[in-house]
Amino acid sequence: MADIKRARMALVQWILEGPGHALATERGAAFANAGLAGPLASLVDKVAKCSYKITDEDIAGAKAAGRSEDQLFELIVCAATGQAARQYDTALAALDAAADQE
Amino acid sequence: MRLAILDHGHSAGTKVLFALIRIASRQPVLDVIKLAKYRPDFLRLQEITHEAMRGPSTWSIADRELMAAFVAKSNQCEWCTRAHSAVAARASQDRDRIAAVLSDLESAPIEDALRATLRMLGRLTREHSVTPDDMRALLASGVSREQIEDALAVCFAFNITARLANAFGFAMPTAAAFESGAKYLLARGYR
Repeated sequence: MADIKRARMALVQWILEGPGHALATERGAAFANAGLAGPLASLVDKVAKCSYKITDEDIAGAKAAGRSEDQLFELIVCAATGQAARQYDTALAALDAAADQE
Repeated sequence: MRLAILDHGHSAGTKVLFALIRIASRQPVLDVIKLAKYRPDFLRLQEITHEAMRGPSTWSIADRELMAAFVAKSNQCEWCTRAHSAVAARASQDRDRIAAVLSDLESAPIEDALRATLRMLGRLTREHSVTPDDMRALLASGVSREQIEDALAVCFAFNITARLANAFGFAMPTAAAFESGAKYLLARGYR
């Protein structure tokens, strides 16, 4: 079986706790899609829920709110990974619940 | 791409690598490679993607590439859908089968276990959750727990990559460039 648990833990730990241009607290907020405000909150929410709707204006708005490109790179990576991780965890929990009832 | 650093912010050594890729493939460097090579110390996605796509699994490589394309389509990411359709078509030697699944999963000529698994991945990607009943139905259709976990690993990797492709605005290359990329991914994997 493909074992992604260790690689997944390393991926998540690194983007949240490793060195970066964005504050760790802001990276954590992007990962959780919670606790941000303004254009950054809007961008992060789109990354999580409807990334196909993101436009040049979304990026420009987040830059105008004072974020550098490297900070936005990190925050978008955190937002994408956070939502994918929640989906993955939800699915594994559903699988466990289904197996328990067998 | 929407962030100039992803087009032009690479180290001198990486820029030399890109020049070599352009010469060897006779194609422009794909945006996904530019992303993977920009600060790989921060975005460590290649290892997890390689394990999900090429690690041990009872799903074939063609099946897993099809799952990647299906997850991408469910994220409305045309770039990743086309990229992994090309890999799946090359791996399966059956372009029509891949096109049929992406056009209409329910009528596509594929095995019931794969169809049920793709159905679950589609729901998880579009609705962000699945229920124990969904999983019970999947298990009852003959898909093993290990197969479900392997499919979820593929889904995890491409639920990240498709979002990044959409957010960063990957430029759509020619079909020939996707074919060149598919050939590379089948020969070398994702590392």
